Amino acid sequence: MSTNKTGMPKFRQGRMRGPLIKGPRAKDQKGTILRLWEYMRSQKKLLLVIFSLVSGATLLNLAGPYLMGLAIDKYIYIKKLDGFGHIVLLMIVTYVGSAMLTAVMSNLNIDVAQNTVKIIRGELFGKIQMLPIKFFDTRGDGDLASRLTNDVDNISNTLTQSLTQLISSALMLLGVVVMMFILNFQLALVTVSTVPLTLLLTKFIGKYTRKFYKEQQKRLGLVNSIIEETMGGQKAVKAYGQEEKVIKHFSEANEAYKQAAVKAQILAGIMGPMMNMVNNFIYALIALIGGYFVIKDLASTGIVVAFLHYSRQFARPINQIAHLYNAIQGAIAGAERVFEILDEAPEVENMDEPIFTKHFNGEVAFHNVHFGYERETKILKDINLRARSGQTIALVGPTGAGKTTIINLLTRFYDIDEGKILIDGESIQSYRRDVLRKSLGIVLQDTYLFSGTVMENIRYGRLTASDEEVIKAAKMANAHQFIKRLSSEYNTVLSQEGNNLSQGQRQLIAIARTILKDPDILILDEATSSVDTRTEMHIQQGLLKLMEGRTSFVIAHRLSTIRNADIILVIKDGRIIERGTHSELLQQRGFYSALYTAQFKTKVS
Amino acid sequence: MKKIIKYLQKYWKIAMLGPILMCCEVLIDLFQPLLMERIIDIGIKNNDLNFVVTTGTIMVLLSFLGFIGGFGSGIFSSTASQRAGADIRRDLFEKVQSFSYKNLDEIEIGNLITILTNDVIQVQQFFAILLRMMVRAPLMLVGSVTMTFYVSAKFGVILVGLIGFLFLLMFGLIRKAKPLFTKVQERVDQVNTVMLENLRGMRVVKSFVREDYEIKRFDKVNNDLKIAMTKASKVLVLILPLIMLVLNLGIVIVLWVGGREVYEGSLSVGQVVAVINYILRLLGSLMMLGVIFVQITRAGASAKRIGDVLESAPYINEIKENEKEFNIKGAIEFRNVDFSYNHQSNELVLQNISFKINPGETLAILGATGSGKSTLIQLIPRFYDVTRGEILIDGYNVREIPQKILRKNISIALQKAIIFSGTIEDNIKYGRPTASEGKVREVAGDAQALEFIDRMPRGLKTMLEERGANLSGGQKQRISIARALMVTPKILLLDDSTSAVDVQTESLIQKAINEKFSDTTVIIVAQRISSVLAADRIIVLDDGEIVADGNHEELIRSSPVYQDIYKSQLGEEVSVNVN
Repeated sequence: MSTNKTGMPKFRQGRMRGPLIKGPRAKDQKGTILRLWEYMRSQKKLLLVIFSLVSGATLLNLAGPYLMGLAIDKYIYIKKLDGFGHIVLLMIVTYVGSAMLTAVMSNLNIDVAQNTVKIIRGELFGKIQMLPIKFFDTRGDGDLASRLTNDVDNISNTLTQSLTQLISSALMLLGVVVMMFILNFQLALVTVSTVPLTLLLTKFIGKYTRKFYKEQQKRLGLVNSIIEETMGGQKAVKAYGQEEKVIKHFSEANEAYKQAAVKAQILAGIMGPMMNMVNNFIYALIALIGGYFVIKDLASTGIVVAFLHYSRQFARPINQIAHLYNAIQGAIAGAERVFEILDEAPEVENMDEPIFTKHFNGEVAFHNVHFGYERETKILKDINLRARSGQTIALVGPTGAGKTTIINLLTRFYDIDEGKILIDGESIQSYRRDVLRKSLGIVLQDTYLFSGTVMENIRYGRLTASDEEVIKAAKMANAHQFIKRLSSEYNTVLSQEGNNLSQGQRQLIAIARTILKDPDILILDEATSSVDTRTEMHIQQGLLKLMEGRTSFVIAHRLSTIRNADIILVIKDGRIIERGTHSELLQQRGFYSALYTAQFKTKVS
Repeated sequence: MKKIIKYLQKYWKIAMLGPILMCCEVLIDLFQPLLMERIIDIGIKNNDLNFVVTTGTIMVLLSFLGFIGGFGSGIFSSTASQRAGADIRRDLFEKVQSFSYKNLDEIEIGNLITILTNDVIQVQQFFAILLRMMVRAPLMLVGSVTMTFYVSAKFGVILVGLIGFLFLLMFGLIRKAKPLFTKVQERVDQVNTVMLENLRGMRVVKSFVREDYEIKRFDKVNNDLKIAMTKASKVLVLILPLIMLVLNLGIVIVLWVGGREVYEGSLSVGQVVAVINYILRLLGSLMMLGVIFVQITRAGASAKRIGDVLESAPYINEIKENEKEFNIKGAIEFRNVDFSYNHQSNELVLQNISFKINPGETLAILGATGSGKSTLIQLIPRFYDVTRGEILIDGYNVREIPQKILRKNISIALQKAIIFSGTIEDNIKYGRPTASEGKVREVAGDAQALEFIDRMPRGLKTMLEERGANLSGGQKQRISIARALMVTPKILLLDDSTSAVDVQTESLIQKAINEKFSDTTVIIVAQRISSVLAADRIIVLDDGEIVADGNHEELIRSSPVYQDIYKSQLGEEVSVNVN
């Protein structure tokens, strides 16, 4: 039995484990093991202690049957009681010692394991903070979360529990073989000869199990993806009355999985009874041959009894090593998945000595900027713009034209392919990234709130802000009124992602958060799209105050919100096709004026 | 747990075969030491080579027979547990399909997914272990004790005493560990929360340059988890050495007492050896019991979650006997409707809503954030049931209309468009899978989606990623509108479904709907005044109540609230334009 089964609550995991089934194979085993070792190294001394404790406990365990054989041969069999007490006492000492060593070892083991997990998990989290946005845009968060939880957990359990077990098993095996050969050469040979048989059987079954197991996993994957997708869109399923269709679809996949799983599980289930059979077989073999030897005077009864014990301890480590091999394989594969993230290129500073500044004037310029999220498809082509300090620049254009992309570049969520973006005359790449972002205030299209109170969420904009400052910011954003109506006002705890607020309310909080940040340059990416126009009008006043004296970039579908901008840029298909003030653009009678009048077209016609 | 075990009972015939075959394996295991005793006490003592060889060969053969028993039990227990698992999964899935929106709000979707994927597997594994180990371990326990009694009553008593002592110890430890593990689970949840929040909200973290803050936050929960985990594990880890110690000491006692009895001649050497062997086998089965305990607690939590889902009653109940023919035309009437999401609290989201629209008319709903617009719309297809008052379609209370018919005739496009993985075509055809490609193109055109679909290299056959990650917000919304139009509904509900679409495109969509779906009753929830100008009727909601009602001309003259909204969007320059 492995101690890691004793109740460590597993992080949610969808993968099923069968005995002796190879998990995903590692690509570069040696390299991964070496890297894992790096994490253990800091606890080298502790590990050394653990390993010596394991060795001690194993040796003591080995002594047990030997002493027992001795007791039978030297005392019980020949009916001698003189000195019998000594040997019994020695046995007690051996067993108590072994148990104590094991207990201490297990305790230390847990320390090492939990420390290692903590270190790896912390490091992973730290790494994630350093990764570029592109990484998050291109990966599902389910996959990432599972790496942070399941894989890390798996690694630590295996690293410590399995490693000590491996050592104790190997030592045990070696010790048992040595002891057996010392006790009786011929009987030892008979016992050892069963090893190849065991290995052959294991391998044979393992081969078939893997095949079926793979099939099972494939179908389970299908079942799970149907579940995830259907549940994710459950409201749409209901809205379109598709319940029966999805049930049918699911039932088919479920049935197919069941059939594969039964096959795989039956095969995997052979291992237990088979090892039991091998045990009994060895036991019987020793009884048969041992009995024969005793009669022929080639061995004593005590030796045969000791052999019977050793034989039980003999098959177990072999079985365990086979198990552990797979567990370790799985952990190494998990470790690779973890290292993959640790090896992702972080957001780097492009300069050796990036510029540090406390304040920006807010002169922003784009020079011939080209950009595409993928190499082949350019989203932005030859963008040129110039914003003087304190100006408001509005970006207008159809969906998918590239407005949000411009913001992504300015914030350096993505870096440009060609051209230059300058703030206060310096390329944004020459500033320290944190300095740049600290001076930008961004209210995004998709607001994201954290679990915690309303107060905490607004304070996210400036951690040192007092309660009064937070409330002031909320008032400016026109969020104060509705917050006051919440059950615990500013101390209302938002559920994950703020689901207990409406989209618009969440946006108001996000705006308050940005107001509190007091940035040099303001970016509003559809900041008020989910807020109704009346509320928006109120926020506008706050926003206008906020925009005063700050360079601001505003993206909005509602043209009314941007009429007062100093420069309006009309973007279509990644190019700026018109630029100017509201009245200039209306006079041009181009795209903008068409767009603008479209708002009243229905009415006019 | 009881409810879950029922699933296994269905397969009791197969399930029982497993344990029965397992008995066969256990019996053979128990026989081996007895035969060994005979080899020592009869064969060796009398120098009877023949006896030794015969008995030894029987032992070898029995070991093979034992394998057949074990293997057979494996087949049956695997089959039974997998079938029961598949049944649970299917029932859960079907149950969820019967849920109303309120159920879905209560049990979060994320939880449902975990329950269906993870918890079912936990229970399934538990079944397999239950059928195999639950029989084997106690059987070995009882068998070993019985055989020991058979060999020597004195040893039997000693053994029972030891086992009793062990169980007390184990229960004590487990009881101590349980609250500790509850704490561990809490901390695990905390770690997961911080992690997921960061993954999803990374743009916010980065734009506020809060990386260090988040790392600190994570360090704290990470460390808390470590401490809790270490504490809990350290208790449980004692179980194994304790079992081994107690039983090994048992062996020593047997040896000590046995040695003296052999000396006195009341016991044979073989008998002592046999008892020691039984204790050794006992060790194995006790360790197995330890594993089962852990499995039970783990599966118990899963079983409870599964049970909760299976037992929660759908909030919306169908009136069964209604076989009436419903030919929905699309007249909608609200009569004094009150609504609150939570029946306990008196917080009304909608209050005293009354209005009536005729088939083919267009109603627009304007209102402040949180004023109850979306809620109002969701009451029509009975996603939620009204708290007071009634909603009538063609004069029938919506509660009387079978849900199937209701939803077939009502189509809704949500602000947060839901996209399924599959092609664009699949997504549009969602409500009507048999539609021809021509029809798909037609509605995609009406929704102004064709323009961007055709620009994609594979057009309608473009594969969409999960949640439509490769589309922009406006594109998703347009696909969702096309999907809603696909079913040619009698009632079309547009829940702010063009918020990410630009004004020009939006007006084209509206034009297409007006022209081609003139029989369809349309309700539009919108933010832009431009979206509602053409509506036959406009309702302005404020804090769950209707504060203005009429068409544009009437409202612009009579309603200050409406004028307020109008001005806020179009400003004073509008008049110049309009004139």
